[in-house]
Amino acid sequence: MATQETLRVDPDVGEVLLRVENVELAFGGVRALNNVSFSVRRGEIFSIIGPNGAGKSSMLNCINGFYHPKTGSIIYKGNRRSRIRPHRAASQGIARTFQNIALFKGMSVLANIMTGRHLKAESTLVENAFFLGRARREEFDHRKTCEHIIQFLEIQQYRKSIVSTLPYGLQKRVELGRALAAEPELLLLDEPMAGMNLEEKQDMARFILDVNRQKGVTICLIEHDMGVVMDLSDQIVVLDHGGKIGEGTPDEIRINPHVVEAYLGVKQGEEA
Amino acid sequence: MFYKKSGQFKTSYDADQAMLPLLQERISIFVILAVAFLVIPLVATTYVINSLLMPFLIYSLAAVGLNILVGYCGQISLGTGGFMAVGAISAWNIIERIPDMPVLAAFLLAGFITSATGVVFGLPALRIKGFYLAVTTLAAQFFLIWLLQQPWFLNYSATGVISAQDISVMGWTINTPVEKYLFVLVVVIVMTLLAKNIVRSVTGRKWMAIRDMDVAAEIIGIRPMATKLQAFAVSSFFIGIAGVLWGYLYLGQLEPAAFDVYVSFDVLFMVIIGGLGSILGSFLGAAFVVLMPLALSFLGGILGLGTAMVAYVETFTFGVLILLFLLAEPHGLAHILSVAKQQMRIWPFPY
Amino acid sequence: MTFFIEVVITGLLGGLMYSTVGLGFVLIFKASGIFNFAQPVMVLFAAMFIAGLNQEFGIPLWQAIPLVALLMIGVAWVIERFVLRPMVNQEPILTFMATIGIFFILLGLAEMFWGSENRTLNVGIPRGPVFIGDILLQSYRVYSSIIGFIVVLLVVLFTQKTKMGRVLRAVADDHQAAQAVGIRLTTVWWVVWSIAGLIAIVAAIIWGGSIGVQPIMVDVAFKAFPVLLLGGLTSIPGVIIAGLIIGAGESVANVYLGPLIGGGIGNWFPYIIAMVFMLYRPQGLFGEKIIERI
Repeated sequence: MATQETLRVDPDVGEVLLRVENVELAFGGVRALNNVSFSVRRGEIFSIIGPNGAGKSSMLNCINGFYHPKTGSIIYKGNRRSRIRPHRAASQGIARTFQNIALFKGMSVLANIMTGRHLKAESTLVENAFFLGRARREEFDHRKTCEHIIQFLEIQQYRKSIVSTLPYGLQKRVELGRALAAEPELLLLDEPMAGMNLEEKQDMARFILDVNRQKGVTICLIEHDMGVVMDLSDQIVVLDHGGKIGEGTPDEIRINPHVVEAYLGVKQGEEA
Repeated sequence: MFYKKSGQFKTSYDADQAMLPLLQERISIFVILAVAFLVIPLVATTYVINSLLMPFLIYSLAAVGLNILVGYCGQISLGTGGFMAVGAISAWNIIERIPDMPVLAAFLLAGFITSATGVVFGLPALRIKGFYLAVTTLAAQFFLIWLLQQPWFLNYSATGVISAQDISVMGWTINTPVEKYLFVLVVVIVMTLLAKNIVRSVTGRKWMAIRDMDVAAEIIGIRPMATKLQAFAVSSFFIGIAGVLWGYLYLGQLEPAAFDVYVSFDVLFMVIIGGLGSILGSFLGAAFVVLMPLALSFLGGILGLGTAMVAYVETFTFGVLILLFLLAEPHGLAHILSVAKQQMRIWPFPY
Repeated sequence: MTFFIEVVITGLLGGLMYSTVGLGFVLIFKASGIFNFAQPVMVLFAAMFIAGLNQEFGIPLWQAIPLVALLMIGVAWVIERFVLRPMVNQEPILTFMATIGIFFILLGLAEMFWGSENRTLNVGIPRGPVFIGDILLQSYRVYSSIIGFIVVLLVVLFTQKTKMGRVLRAVADDHQAAQAVGIRLTTVWWVVWSIAGLIAIVAAIIWGGSIGVQPIMVDVAFKAFPVLLLGGLTSIPGVIIAGLIIGAGESVANVYLGPLIGGGIGNWFPYIIAMVFMLYRPQGLFGEKIIERI
């Protein structure tokens, strides 16, 4: 992996990559999101936090097209978005991981990460059948890229293992790898550290920081571990019962009375 | 001990990617091919060719096709018989109605027609799966057989059965059993290679992603609609060619009703028993399903059972085998084989 | 016009006969989430054993039928013990394929015992024409539909009024919750498959009397599948109404459309109806919508 210059975009001057405007989302009678607005700037690490059921995953689902807001808009790269399907969001540079791990269970680590390259693959079916020319070259290029990601995530010895045989922590890493393989501009991470021990969390935090600093990928993160959130984030938005109750830098959030109340006095460094 | 992997390191992605990375496997395949091309034509009797080898090869091709759809892409189809009929009858009509049509072109075209048919009847897969999809593919099975029995398709034949025209490829007329066998062998080998390449490529991974979690596949940009229909298209192409071979190079007679729903079940059994998601498994399953009835009628002969009773026992036994495989080894014979290879690798040590 | 009405009503009545086959399927699906591909063969199996005992061993029908009822309960037990229980953690598609295995086992067994000759199964349902007003109908069909309808009523009564019925509804609603209150799933599944087997006996009697008992019965019973898709696999009213629609549609198509395009369309017409409907409404007319949450 060629080391790039550290292009740390200064949050104060970064352009807005994603803007969520007055989004409302309801399932039947249940209001999942209630007039939520915030902006995510290019190159920053942006966290969405809040008690369970606050609507955080639903928000991510809206951003990548699984759910469609009843009212309000999502503006991505300057384009106000109508209802789009997840694969369209993917082709626009949005990648994502899931709370409950959505890996392809029957495939190996390498194959899973290679699927992330899907959108970069241009060879056609017939070329694939004969494995010549472009198909061959692309396959090896993709393999090289994926090997770099595997190296980056330190999972080399598992590359041929079937993912369902791996422990939870490693599976989460593989899922991150698959998302990275797509070379996204915006990476949505849904509780990437859930269920991990301290060591694994430190590794994952390091990966997330490296991805953000070395590759300039904008990250939008849901996480419960307040220590992690405070350390990593440039900006935080706090949701509770579907509504926004706070937004700002970690320091601002820490002393925000609404936030403190919602968490019943949880301080920085403690588990939520 | 014979199957040692150690000492065989790969120093390039190219080598790692090779289809048969182990030397032992390369030797085995070479031996098998040598036997298939050189020994069998000299040694095999017409009976062996017609009762064993031809059905085995052609069904293997159909099983590869169905495995692409069911094993790799996670769909289901009970319409295999109908699609084989489409291949066979299309080829016949093309050759009959278009004078001087080259045989290989006619066969390929028949394959594409079957492909298109597969896409049409695969449309429900965009909205349903599992049992629901199985039932709608039965629609394909029943409708296609009815359709192909309509007089136009059979050129108004009085008996409802049509004869395959003689075929010659580049001047070589294919009419002895050995010639037919060699032709089928080449076709099956070529198409299997193509299938192997496809399933190991981006396309194959797309299919497997849809199979394993179509919701997650969408977020990495895979379009479920296009991917599923593509699987139906490719799968049906293979099955259509199998139908062409069945009619032209095996039976010599084309009767749509012969490609009934029990053919569909047979090919599905081959895929289940052989191993879902395994090209090799398709061959193993086909061998099993072709050999089993022969073994049973041999046993039946010894035990003095009539042919009808043997057929009933066969039905019963297949049911039991399906259950046994699903309960004990859902990954089929291919998995059993790969476990055996692992054992061989460390033999004579137990682990 | 009278003729048209006759065609439609004959179709409606025939459709109810399909519904009777499908009813057992719905019960099994609701209680265990399993698609019982073997349901049509259960009908044939019951028919062949009843007719076989009657004709090969001279056992009168009123004795043969209860005997076969016991047999079906036994078969249900075997299926639960040796197929359902071991496969309880497998993916649904594999369990579905297991029922295809059961299909062939039952088919093979029935043929091994009784061969494949055509037998009769006549319980004395009146035949011959009957006039309702101006409309000419087959009394056999009329009585068969009434029987089918009564079976449905009995099933509904059972599920709504009896303790076991309540248990079934609980299991159909939520497996885990049911287990949490002490309901044994294995017992419930045995009961449900037994009931499906008993319903299959009724279907066997009415179909057997109509087309004779032979393996080809399976092809006819197979048509319950499009009925199920159209009705929605979880709905008893659905399977009735869908049966009526498919029956009527098939009858009308056979009479009016068939001669135009070559006849013999009964084989596939119900399937194509179901297939097209699935493109627009996969849950069928009355089924529950299938939602996938991430």
